[in-house]
Amino acid sequence: MLWSIGKDSTVLLWLARKAFFGHVPFPLVHIDTSYKVPEMITYRDKFALEWNLNLVVGQNEAALKAKETFPDGKIDRIACCKALKANALKHTLSGEWPRKRMNHQTRQLEYDTNTEPYTGVIVGARADEEGSRSKERYFSPRDKQSDWDVGDQPPEFWNQFKTDFAPGTHVRIHPLLDWTELNIWEYIARENIPIISLYFDQGEGKRYRSLGCYPCTTPVESTSTTVQEIVQELKSGKFSNIAERSGRAQDKEDGGGLESLRREGYM
Amino acid sequence: MEQMNIVIVGHVDHGKSTLIGRLLADTNSLPDGKLESVRLMCERNAKPFEYAFLLDALKDEQSQGITIDSARCFFNTAKRRYIIIDAPGHIEFLKNMITGASRAEAALLLIDAYEGVQENSKRHGYMLHLLGIRQVVVVVNKMDLVNYDEAAFLKVKTEYEAFLGQFGLVPAAFIPIAARDGENMVTPSEKMPWYAGKSVLDHIDDFTQAKDKQELPFRMSVQDVYKFTAANDDRRIVAGTVMSGQLKVGEEVVFFPSQKRSRVKSIEGFNQAPRTTISSGEATGFTLETQIYIRPGDLVVKATDVPPLSGTTFKVSLFWLGRTPMTVGKAYKLKLASTRVTVYLKEIVSVMDASELQTEDNRREIGRHEVAECVLETLKPLAYDLAIDFEDTGRFVIVDGYEIAAGGIVIGQVASEASAVQKYRAQRDASWEKGLVEIQQRQQLLGQRARAVVFVGDRAPELGKLLEQHLISNGRLAYYLGRASVLSGMGADYTGALGREEFVRRLGELAHMFTDAGLIFMTSMQECDDAELEILSVLSDPFEILVVVCGLNPFSQRVPDVQISDAMDLESAKSQVVQLLADKDVVPEYFL
Ligand SMILES: Nc1nc2c(ncn2[C@@H]2O[C@H](COP(=O)(O)OP(=O)(O)OP(=O)(O)O)[C@@H](O)[C@H]2O)c(=O)[nH]1
Ligand code: SF4
Repeated sequence: MLWSIGKDSTVLLWLARKAFFGHVPFPLVHIDTSYKVPEMITYRDKFALEWNLNLVVGQNEAALKAKETFPDGKIDRIACCKALKANALKHTLSGEWPRKRMNHQTRQLEYDTNTEPYTGVIVGARADEEGSRSKERYFSPRDKQSDWDVGDQPPEFWNQFKTDFAPGTHVRIHPLLDWTELNIWEYIARENIPIISLYFDQGEGKRYRSLGCYPCTTPVESTSTTVQEIVQELKSGKFSNIAERSGRAQDKEDGGGLESLRREGYM
Repeated sequence: MEQMNIVIVGHVDHGKSTLIGRLLADTNSLPDGKLESVRLMCERNAKPFEYAFLLDALKDEQSQGITIDSARCFFNTAKRRYIIIDAPGHIEFLKNMITGASRAEAALLLIDAYEGVQENSKRHGYMLHLLGIRQVVVVVNKMDLVNYDEAAFLKVKTEYEAFLGQFGLVPAAFIPIAARDGENMVTPSEKMPWYAGKSVLDHIDDFTQAKDKQELPFRMSVQDVYKFTAANDDRRIVAGTVMSGQLKVGEEVVFFPSQKRSRVKSIEGFNQAPRTTISSGEATGFTLETQIYIRPGDLVVKATDVPPLSGTTFKVSLFWLGRTPMTVGKAYKLKLASTRVTVYLKEIVSVMDASELQTEDNRREIGRHEVAECVLETLKPLAYDLAIDFEDTGRFVIVDGYEIAAGGIVIGQVASEASAVQKYRAQRDASWEKGLVEIQQRQQLLGQRARAVVFVGDRAPELGKLLEQHLISNGRLAYYLGRASVLSGMGADYTGALGREEFVRRLGELAHMFTDAGLIFMTSMQECDDAELEILSVLSDPFEILVVVCGLNPFSQRVPDVQISDAMDLESAKSQVVQLLADKDVVPEYFL
């Protein structure tokens, strides 16, 4: 399961804990671009330890070392996201790049000796986020090239999904596909899920609505300090009809940017 | 706020996307700036503005110009929030249409007033019926193209009403509209004063929510039985989603088709207050008072509720989506709730080209996009209900290879004469090329009786191997064949896509060959049930199968010949099996 530390994937993680009665029987993969707000990393490690999670962290170490990134001024955003997110994810999942795993004894991340490829990922993508998402399935298979044939998705009905796969298939599972941003916050409220404080106003009249890398994500003007206030804000307040990712600069570079990145593997 | 899924279907180009774009715009449900940005894009590309473009967010979709998948979008009325599903009209995308439509509680079906009732108008109407969507409003679009003429509207209405009537679907209303211009969409159209009915939006608000299934008998399909012993959690949780009814702590439950019984000890959950009742719609879990062996796919029913049907042969109505036709005699996998079984198409009763609803006989195949009534047969008994009684346990999908290739509903139970395995064995025996040696001769030569011994449970492989060693060192001819060995050689083409029974069938064939050769054949299965054992027994007949169970007994009918508790050491376990072989005169006692 991919865990970006954001609200959607944290809700997804919570659902896994519910589904497995307090346990999470699969690894949680976090792709660290190194430009995440430091608080996200603290939050990640804290709950990984507290909830006994099998946390696996991947990173494009080569690109970061060579400073081949957008914040370093070397490349544009699309190329940077592709390197730090899409490629990092792809090679972390395949096991080709080093993976770190949380050692619950030492409470540290350590290089993992297991380099087995993961054949599927569970992700928190939602249909209402972006037009291109609305064409996904709950179970979306990708073939070896990670190609995604939008026109030929498996049928899904009566709670029956494509769960048989030819060897070599990679599958993405999107349990939150039919959730909205509002559903997410209402569920956070209902379950009292500890959510990272970046989503709340810390007294400066600003909060994050969507979390990403700090060079590319700007907070929105909002004085919501609690989950309830956010729910209100989404229901009837100023955000009731403004797209959620409007604070994310990398989405704006080209019209189909998100679409092409999705094909590369960036969620 | 109340929420409802509605689907919009219809023949290609009859105006679904336009209608949806219009609904979103007219209810102010578009994100700020969306309408302007689409208008701008049209201007930039020198294309006339279309409401349909609002939905066509995908690049390649716009270049193709047709809706290829069920988009989801949202709008609100004063009454509730709607999730609206646009289903593609093109026949090539029937599986996408089904994907979208199956989630809906109600449907709008569009027909172009100018083009009239088309093939897909009929097919979609029939699919809505099969999918179990009972609330349907028919919208006759593009009335502007027929000068808002009432006669043109009535012509479409009469023809289509008659078609839907053939299978008992009665639409809530027929509404004449012009989606592009908003006529009769939100407010009554001034251009069609002859129409006294409500607007599209008002009719949508008149749809009613699906009825709560809490009052119905209890049904839950076992998704899995969880043990988290590694994490110091000793609960044994039966997990699944309650499809209907309610269940309380202390109540007696029966697991079908095995008919094992127990009582609910506790309701389990994470981050929730302790509870004593679970009800329909909940994904949940419970523990039992006694340890019984249950498997994913078992159907949990309350002892006091009506039991489900159970058997190997049943009549269904299904639609076929597979690229290759469904063929009589070929093995497929059937998924019903959480159950997976191997299934064969036994007989085709009638095939209807859904657009014409005609019955054709003597067919051996069901082609792509066809709807058929047919008889299916499984190797293992399946617990199910008729779709008219219980939606969730009365419908299923069929997997061909790796793909979901069909969906269907159970419409009747069929008494089966001989079971599929028995027929299969009769055929095999008839074509068996017999040698000149009788089995008695072999047994005499080897000084033993040929038998198959099946070890069941976690410790089964170890025990099987020990016994093989013991017999061989005592001069008996025995052979142990493990699961991996079956799968790697004989079963190299076995992918699991066919279902477990195919593995069991192959194992049964091997048992037959080895025993026919006069050997004591041994194998182990981590899991097994009465039905699987029955398959093995039929296939290895006339040689009796001896059953050794290690740990929890998975059988409800078959009494194991030897039962080994988890506490017993392997040496003592071995002696028990050795004693069994002596008692059964498999090997002469003085040899042991
Ligand atoms: N004259 C007229 N044209 C309409 C009306 N509604 C839709 N159209 C046109 O019909 C054409 C098809 O409409 P769409 O909404 O794209 O049709 P669709 O059924 O969604 O088709 P697919 O997306 O291809 O399945 C477009 O050119 C629309 O402008 C109407 O009320 N009157
Ligand atoms: S969001 Fe910004 S910093 Fe992060 S990967 Fe993309 S371009 Fe680079």
